[in-house]
Amino acid sequence: MTIALETRGLEKSFGGLQVTRELSLKVEQGARHALIGPNGAGKTTVINLLTGVLKPNAGWILLEGNDITNLPVHKRVLRGLSRTFQINQLYADLTPLETVGLAVSERLGRGGDWWRRMGTRDEVNQEVAETLGRFHLLDVMNERTATLPYGKQRLLEIAVAIATRPRVLLLDEPAAGVPESERHDILAAVAALPRDVTVLLIEHDMDLVFSFADRISVLVNGAMLVEGPPDEVARDPQVKAVYLGEAVHA
Amino acid sequence: MTAASDVSSHAIARARWRPAEIAFWILALSCAFLFPSRYLIMTDILRLALFTLSLDLILGYAGIVSLGHAAFFGVGAYSAGLLALHGIINEPVIALVVAGLVAMVLGFLTSFLVIRGVDLTRLMVTLGIALLLEALAERFSNITGGTDGLQGIEMQPILGLFAFDMFGKTGFFYSLIVLFLLFLLARRIVNSPFGLSLRAIKNNPLRASAIGVPVNRRLIAIYTIAAFYAGIAGALFTQTTALASLDVFAFERSADLMLVLVIGGTGYLYGGLIGAVVFKMLQELFQTITPQYWLFWIGLVLVVMVLVGRERIHRWVLWGPNLVSRQLFGRKAVMAVPESDAP
Repeated sequence: MTIALETRGLEKSFGGLQVTRELSLKVEQGARHALIGPNGAGKTTVINLLTGVLKPNAGWILLEGNDITNLPVHKRVLRGLSRTFQINQLYADLTPLETVGLAVSERLGRGGDWWRRMGTRDEVNQEVAETLGRFHLLDVMNERTATLPYGKQRLLEIAVAIATRPRVLLLDEPAAGVPESERHDILAAVAALPRDVTVLLIEHDMDLVFSFADRISVLVNGAMLVEGPPDEVARDPQVKAVYLGEAVHA
Repeated sequence: MTAASDVSSHAIARARWRPAEIAFWILALSCAFLFPSRYLIMTDILRLALFTLSLDLILGYAGIVSLGHAAFFGVGAYSAGLLALHGIINEPVIALVVAGLVAMVLGFLTSFLVIRGVDLTRLMVTLGIALLLEALAERFSNITGGTDGLQGIEMQPILGLFAFDMFGKTGFFYSLIVLFLLFLLARRIVNSPFGLSLRAIKNNPLRASAIGVPVNRRLIAIYTIAAFYAGIAGALFTQTTALASLDVFAFERSADLMLVLVIGGTGYLYGGLIGAVVFKMLQELFQTITPQYWLFWIGLVLVVMVLVGRERIHRWVLWGPNLVSRQLFGRKAVMAVPESDAP
């Protein structure tokens, strides 16, 4: 099995506070891998390290075997590593059409075009239409993102990430804060992600994790506690202890 | 297929010329014939409009604040002045472009200092660069003429055909054409994928890089382009007034620029143009009423404007045109709307 995304001995500390400890993680190609852990386990830091927002103090990050530890954020995206955001980080003033259009343009290397107007490149239009259609956003494509219902915004969040054509996709709590009535669309969209895309899901919601993931890593205090298939992880006494709120003495 | 063409037409719609825009430019041109005795002030407005357009490109689209935009205006002004004074390039149009390019080079070099950091850092860095240049211009008075400015600039006819006249008629049409051409270019730029990526960066730089936008490179590019625009505005100043003195670098010039753009509204290109007209007219009005304290009234207008909110003013201004439009076409007039006021 090929490894799509790997970290080796990743370390990160803020001042005296160590938030990531010797984290070694392997995500297999095409996997549905979930990274779970209680609040404050350092999940968000791991995402920021993987995407390049933060630089690790030690260790390596490899994407499909290539060292990307020192690449800037946008270069990692162009190499095929994208993410969604937990809290809304969409462009409030842009429409879904513009948001997805931009992502597609950038991926096709057309983002720097300053002479051509938006909407005049067929290959971009095709792909934008297809992406918006797949995520049920065609009917609202001309509305300002800030005015969209929350569920639609979450869908747009995933649509934008998919528009960058990732080979590895980091999903950061895709269903967080979505009302029950709109939840179904999100879960369906997540389930319908192309199989060749490797997905690392960072999630709080155990129902979603166990229905989606084929492999689970449990992060506690910045270090890996347990890793394995869902049923094994569910039975693990250490994991039970953590999720029942008891102190862990490893 | 239909969805793709739908996407295409909606994407292009933003860039389509609206009737109000065409009306705006016809009005601008007709001013030349309506007020033949006011060429000098109208040229002044055009220069300021171009200068403000430059600030709108970086502030309104990319979100880069600047309190030192006069640096580029000044460099353009002195470049045009020196080129003409020493007879290096006599033809004004070529000299104009060269002066713009000189400012552009400076913009590129200083962009690396400006793009790092947050708003406050940017304000200080831009302000510092402008002050630095002003001091340098004063120090090297053998080149710049120091506090006296460049003396004895004589402009040759434009393209060897149109001589500058004392009423400023040639200068006015020259400035209007330059403004219009550069406006077309700016319009093209902001409606391109590049322009869209700037708006994305302004909205959320972190997110922009997360979808593959090279944020720094884009900011450097637009800052450099804006410096070119400001340099052209400065060069127009020198060419139409045959003057270049230290006050082209003055802090007041940069600060006024910010006022003009705030009055007109950011992020829809016309803000700089409308702001320039309103600002100069207010200045004229208040200066005739109270020559000494006109700034007081400008300040008051600004405060009132911010309190009332531009959105409401926009509605009041559009009340007339909308009424006419509804009577004639049975629908509301579609106007360009500042980004900040978009519904």
